Amino acid sequence: MNILQRYESMDYAAAPESRAEADAWLKGRDLSKALFINGEWKAAGSGKTFEVLEPSTVKPLAKVSEAGAADVDAAVAAARKALPKWEKAGGYARARVLYAIGRSMQRNARLFAVLESIDNGKPIRESRDIDVPLAVRHFIHHAGWAQRLDKEFPDHKAVGVAGQIIPWNFPLLMLAWKIAPALAAGCTVVLKPAEFTPLTAVLFSEICERAGVPKGVVNIVHGGPEAGQAIVEHPDVDKIAFTGSSEVGKIIRRATAGTGKKLSLELGGKSAFIVFDDADLDSAVEGLVDGIWFNQGQVCCAGSRLLVQEGVADAFLAKVKTRMSRLRLGDPLDKNTDIGPLVDTSQLERVSGLVAEGAKQGATCWQPDNDVPGTGWYYRPTLAIGVSPANILAQEEVFGPVLASMTFRNTEEAVELANNTRYGLAASVWSENINLALHAAPQLKAGVIWVNGTNMFDAACGFGGYRESGFGREGGREGMFEYLALKSKPSTALKEKPAEEPAEAVSADFIDRTPKLFIGGKQARPDGNYAYRVLDSKGRLAGEAGLGNRKDIREAVAAAQKCTAWPSATAFNRAQVLYFLGENLSIRADEMAARLVSLTGVSSKAAGAEVDQSVQRLFEAAGMADKFEGAVHQPPARVVTLALHEPVGAIGMVMPDQQPLLGFVAMVAPALAMGNTVVAIPSERWPLLATDLYQVIEASDVPAGAINIVTGRSGELARVLAKHDDLDGLWVIADAETSKAVEYESAGNLKRVWTTGGRVPDWHKGEGALDPLLRRSVEVKNVWVPYGD
Amino acid sequence: MVSNPQQFAAGASVHPLPGAGAPPVQKKPDDGLEPDGSIERNPGMALDLGWLEAMRHVNRSALERRVATLGKRRSIKGDNQAAWLLRAIAVMDLTTLNSNDTDERVRRLCAKARNPLRPDLMEGLGITKHPMRPAAVCVYHPFVATAVDALKGTGIHVAAVSTAFPHGLAPLSTRIAEVRASVADGADEIDVVIPRGLVFEAEWQELYDEVAAFREACGEAHLKVILGVGDLSTLRNVMLASMVSMMAGADFIKTSTGKESVNATLPVGLTMVRAIRAYQERTGYLIGFKPAGGISTAKSALDWLVLMKEELGRRWLEPDLFRFGASSLLTDIERQLEHHLTGRYSANHRHAMA
Repeated sequence: MNILQRYESMDYAAAPESRAEADAWLKGRDLSKALFINGEWKAAGSGKTFEVLEPSTVKPLAKVSEAGAADVDAAVAAARKALPKWEKAGGYARARVLYAIGRSMQRNARLFAVLESIDNGKPIRESRDIDVPLAVRHFIHHAGWAQRLDKEFPDHKAVGVAGQIIPWNFPLLMLAWKIAPALAAGCTVVLKPAEFTPLTAVLFSEICERAGVPKGVVNIVHGGPEAGQAIVEHPDVDKIAFTGSSEVGKIIRRATAGTGKKLSLELGGKSAFIVFDDADLDSAVEGLVDGIWFNQGQVCCAGSRLLVQEGVADAFLAKVKTRMSRLRLGDPLDKNTDIGPLVDTSQLERVSGLVAEGAKQGATCWQPDNDVPGTGWYYRPTLAIGVSPANILAQEEVFGPVLASMTFRNTEEAVELANNTRYGLAASVWSENINLALHAAPQLKAGVIWVNGTNMFDAACGFGGYRESGFGREGGREGMFEYLALKSKPSTALKEKPAEEPAEAVSADFIDRTPKLFIGGKQARPDGNYAYRVLDSKGRLAGEAGLGNRKDIREAVAAAQKCTAWPSATAFNRAQVLYFLGENLSIRADEMAARLVSLTGVSSKAAGAEVDQSVQRLFEAAGMADKFEGAVHQPPARVVTLALHEPVGAIGMVMPDQQPLLGFVAMVAPALAMGNTVVAIPSERWPLLATDLYQVIEASDVPAGAINIVTGRSGELARVLAKHDDLDGLWVIADAETSKAVEYESAGNLKRVWTTGGRVPDWHKGEGALDPLLRRSVEVKNVWVPYGD
Repeated sequence: MVSNPQQFAAGASVHPLPGAGAPPVQKKPDDGLEPDGSIERNPGMALDLGWLEAMRHVNRSALERRVATLGKRRSIKGDNQAAWLLRAIAVMDLTTLNSNDTDERVRRLCAKARNPLRPDLMEGLGITKHPMRPAAVCVYHPFVATAVDALKGTGIHVAAVSTAFPHGLAPLSTRIAEVRASVADGADEIDVVIPRGLVFEAEWQELYDEVAAFREACGEAHLKVILGVGDLSTLRNVMLASMVSMMAGADFIKTSTGKESVNATLPVGLTMVRAIRAYQERTGYLIGFKPAGGISTAKSALDWLVLMKEELGRRWLEPDLFRFGASSLLTDIERQLEHHLTGRYSANHRHAMA
């Protein structure tokens, strides 16, 4: 075409980024020895390799060593061996290494970007302007946390050897999200990149060699499910961090049950993109481009569910279609490409299959007739209109460039539709009314909310989900905790329950009361109408307690979820109620202490102290209700990010027999302080303290349903709680077997679980103290609010 | 100064104007185009305050993010870049708006407009038979006749800045008279300024009436309405002023006088092209856009062309719907074209000055 013809057509022509450097890099390497273990390049012990294909050409790029269990063993051993020295090196030394990694990546930024685009298929604009700069920023940001670790996180230390498994959609960026905080905390790592996209991790390993990362601190093992499973199940790994599908996340949750491994999961999503009628509609359309047509829609937090207010729906969808028709599908290395190929043929099949099914279920699926390259796993951007909430496109994560659109009438309905999902990763809210936007944001069950924006990320701002999108945060202060453990965790062994023998005598202070369950603010008889005998320390009958069953748990969880008065109360209001609880408990201090003495056999001094400490704990938690606050993050843009502390939701709690009153209060008080509601299974052996307590609760202005008490067999009820998929959290102080069982069953809805492996924490030091439990009582929600006028 | 209204017919021949006396009633053309591909002139519409209210939603942060990635999403290289830079010349309003302008200075500018490129560049680019020329020369009123005379037979339009440019604060009757005088002198494009105070005071009716009066005074000459965006403070004000101007019958909306401290920026441009799109969606009429002030590099010209193509489409890369107001841009484009042909970086003094 001559210049005049070009002048007439005014089309874009191919503007390819050169791949010469990347090809030379590939050519100069034997990737069959790409395992980076203990600072050395190794082939897999088995000699196996897997083939990596280029999504845009469908041609082979490389054969990469495929790690097996033995290779993972070697990597974990190297990481274990390197751990003490790395930790002892100190924050400054680690900061220097992190900084050096960041700078070195920056110097090689273009090679990283080109390799990433070749390997994954993402447009060069994205790898060059988003993935790589964010990865660099992550390392430099975390250099600061490394150096200040002791001051910023007193009482904490590295959790140990971290096993990390990352997905193929953001290979380098996910690597950075995993490795940077781990190294900052003093952990050593074994990381497995995704099979589809190993290349930038190899280049990163080379950077580690040059940036002074000590041998064994970073180990990279390439491979598939076998290597992944070996990491997850390795007994010498202290922490698993996984980003990927909810399905695999649940498998990992089950596999790590009872192992004591710390776990963070960043899983799938079906994030809502809410457009109110007072939004800047043109900007919202661009937001969608960044939301669902970014990285071919292969983004866990993609804004894949469009909710648009009825009054502007037609106009908005027309704009969306026009915009879609201008998206360019093409070579990922072409600087004019908006949409590259999907990562693999399997992904293409999955996406087209889901769209076909969505259409069959009644959605109208529309695609622009944009040019599509002849080879490569390309899929046209797709808009599904008239998607009912039950449609597969509204429910399932497509992980492709497919937008499902629905309409809503008012804010309540928008929130309801947005929350009508098992996932809870992110949401976008578009409105020029800041009152409306900040009204909606806290109501959305998602870990990240973007106001008038989408897919904004930063190292300083935590990222992570609610619900089945996983738990734990990556980035910022909240993300650092995922790689830290308390320096000391004093605890005592759980007391074995004595075999129950028929009581011959009756306790001296036996009163023939009928303690009931306490559900929804009311005393309730147990569903089964059975009671069990409560014996005092001398084996005499002290009373009978209701024998709660699964239906009682069902009622209690329903009551806890129904109680909106408590989570929505102001922090000051909650503080006053907790103070009042403490005050009312102190009025009955003598009676409670006497109960403790007679039931548990402790000295009256010890009993008095337990009551006193319980009152104190209520006061302390009350005092923190309005002080354990979130933060304001400052990402490098004109935006404030509000890291809000939101309650986890309804939390089930299984309390130990030791210190039955203090144990109850120490668990319940921080949860209540932060606005959670509670289903408590008090000490099985001595539940009467808790049932005495409900009179105190009734007298203290606690809203109905905020605290629910079900007495009965702890182990059995703990399992029922674990299997309840409308429960948001579960704290279990019980035997190791029960702990393992509840962790295993929690995978159903990925509720947040705390167990102590069969030991009773010290309620004043370590993980049973107030601060760690306050942290367990909240989800950090990052609300991004860009501004400017 | 020459005053010869008959001469300007030549200038109007390239982009014919609609017949005189067309009633300014609202109609909805299918595609906003006449059968010959020229645009149907915007007749304006009644001031619609309800619609204006609905157009208030302009999110600066989101617009800034959009324009920040626009230039990154599209890359114009090689021969394509040469073609696009020729396009930038073809949509240029070559401008001189200095207090010390003289007839001679204006003649020099017109001479440059007639021959914007060195012959060797024309030859190298293979366009000797299709010379690219700026769309118009833009001057103050006293030089209109001079320019008309100097551009006779070239098809280059003569645009006059008017209505007490750059502030717009003379009495309305004076400003209307100025428009009429420039039209009488042969200007077929009139760049008027709005009094920015009317925007701050939200005197939309008064703004509408003034622009409508300018349009009426223009007759067949095309009306470009300069918003003075650097004075308007917010993108919301830019949006509102754009909408009122189009409702009142603007053929083009234009960013700046070049005299404000901030002139044509991409966020402002994005706001205005979205206003144009909204107007087209509602009324069917295609409105032109002219960024002016501060656009002096070939690179920035490409950014603007990309903005037009991405947001409004190919049609808005024609001189009847898009113009650059620029004085030094042409020289930088010449240097880039020379570099394209020779691979050597050029110097300003190697190209004829205006």
